[in-house]
Amino acid sequence: MSVALRTGQALRRTAIQAVPTMLGIIVLCFLLLQLMPGDVADVLAGESGAATAESLEAIRSRAGLDQPLLVQLGQYLWNVAHFDFGQSTRFGTPVSQLILERLPNTLVLMLTALGLALGLGILTGSVMAVYAGRWPDRVLQLVVLFFYSTPGFWIGLMAIVLFSVQLGWLPSGGSQTIGAELTGLAALLDRLPYLVLPALAMASFFIAVYARLTRAALLEVLRQDYLRTAVAKGLPPFVIYTRHALRNALIPVTTVAGMHLGNLLGGAVVVETVFSWPGMGRLALEAVAGRDFNVLLGVLLLSSFLVIVTNVAVDLLHAWLDPRTEAS
Amino acid sequence: MAEEKGRPRHRALRAMLRNPSFLVGIAVLIAVVGIALAAPWLYPGDPLDMVAVPTLWPGEDPAYPLGTDSLGRDVAAGLAHGARVSLLVGLSAAAIGLLIGTAVGAVAGYAGGWIDNALVRITELFQTVPTFLLVIVLVSMREPTAVGIALAIGVASWPTVARLVRAEFRGLRSADFVAAAVVSGARPSRIVLRHILPNALAPIVVTTSVMVANAILTEAGLSFLNLGDPNLVSWGTMIGDGRQLLRTAWYLTALPGAAIALTVMAINLAGDGLNDVLNPRSGNQ
Repeated sequence: MSVALRTGQALRRTAIQAVPTMLGIIVLCFLLLQLMPGDVADVLAGESGAATAESLEAIRSRAGLDQPLLVQLGQYLWNVAHFDFGQSTRFGTPVSQLILERLPNTLVLMLTALGLALGLGILTGSVMAVYAGRWPDRVLQLVVLFFYSTPGFWIGLMAIVLFSVQLGWLPSGGSQTIGAELTGLAALLDRLPYLVLPALAMASFFIAVYARLTRAALLEVLRQDYLRTAVAKGLPPFVIYTRHALRNALIPVTTVAGMHLGNLLGGAVVVETVFSWPGMGRLALEAVAGRDFNVLLGVLLLSSFLVIVTNVAVDLLHAWLDPRTEAS
Repeated sequence: MAEEKGRPRHRALRAMLRNPSFLVGIAVLIAVVGIALAAPWLYPGDPLDMVAVPTLWPGEDPAYPLGTDSLGRDVAAGLAHGARVSLLVGLSAAAIGLLIGTAVGAVAGYAGGWIDNALVRITELFQTVPTFLLVIVLVSMREPTAVGIALAIGVASWPTVARLVRAEFRGLRSADFVAAAVVSGARPSRIVLRHILPNALAPIVVTTSVMVANAILTEAGLSFLNLGDPNLVSWGTMIGDGRQLLRTAWYLTALPGAAIALTVMAINLAGDGLNDVLNPRSGNQ
């Protein structure tokens, strides 16, 4: 029951912090939009080929661009509060519709990558800490250093060469078999091979980050008195490492995991391009190419929102690992 | 730090020279910097010029030991000239990020109160927006140049430094030597710059290596996506060009990526070595 209480408290605390953060991001993004050269009227005029000064003024006043900056900001906030991110200047469709088409793919990729990064990172870090100073630790440290220093998208490209071109085990791009029209479990199994390489490419850097962190944190914890007590009680080493040491060592890891979410999601832009994965990152790139700034800002806002929501999950994990968290 | 009175600088230097990973990292780094500096003499002329038959494999023609790309450009020349862009953007982006981050962190940590609260909120804001997306938006605001890219990466990467510096300053604010400086009537700017900052320098120096490494990786991603400076060869651009021929000539993708990996690994090794010496209690080794 105290678990439920803590969960509720953590949720409330995050909600209180998330609202001003989201508001700040909207204002920040809106001001960025103002710094961009040109506006909708210029774009439309460029597309139609010819425009007079009067018609430009007419377009500006229809779009509300002749209003004072603060009025425009208020209007934008009001629209976003109603989930209206404006129209795509390129496709003429609502931005929210464009984004919602891509959102599930990005979510699947992000969560798989985060899970892989945390799972493999903590596992590798624990093995390194248990064998600290001996050869398994040294070999893994080199491997981890390599992944820590290598762009994920390049690892993805090299994985395509090895697993798709040479061995033919996994598809090199896309998110599902085209025209297969599968449903249920069959569709899920069909998508799985497509997910492996992009998720690994996106996670590779973060596997290394979490492995390094877990190793350092675990070595710190292993020096504590209560672990000597556990050893003296005659507990089996596996129980000592997992139940006593790892749980405490994971606290800094979850803290940093929350801080890195923004970077993880940002990496999706490049990885989605490498694997032609139809997600929000590629939508952002298409928007850059077409100077479609409403779409770009919509993607920026929604991915920031995703980071906040995932942070709540990480906070909950943190509260479960460390019951003292509620005090802070 | 306080008890290391006798020649602390020499002691730190000796400890570094005994650290093998630091030495390897520095050696590789010096080699890369040397190649970057010597590129105009080693490979005179524009690395974007066509010089030989396209897609020569490495070793096929001794004149072009690393082969040529799909337009017959010398890969070795591209790598050497690309090192200039990668290192320059990496260093200047890190410098910009450090400058902003240290300023924000120092003010927040020293001032406390509502100033601290406001600055922490702004830092969180920048940390929530996916970094790479923010860089893309900043870069796409005007024509991409190497300077603009460094600026964008720097502006997007300062929050990590700000958090770190703030924590250091909060800890040091209540130290005795700061109280002594306050009592002796020193101005706040002098206390921050002359008394606290030198004592907070060790973790900042260590973070610098991570900042440079990440800036190089970010620049590679940007130029891979063709958002880089179109008039310069960069390792990321080379990977992006090589990707078209991934199935037949994968060395065009592999070589520039290996150059990035080698350089960033060297920076991280040097940084880890610095960390072992400057923060002996950090748990590494």
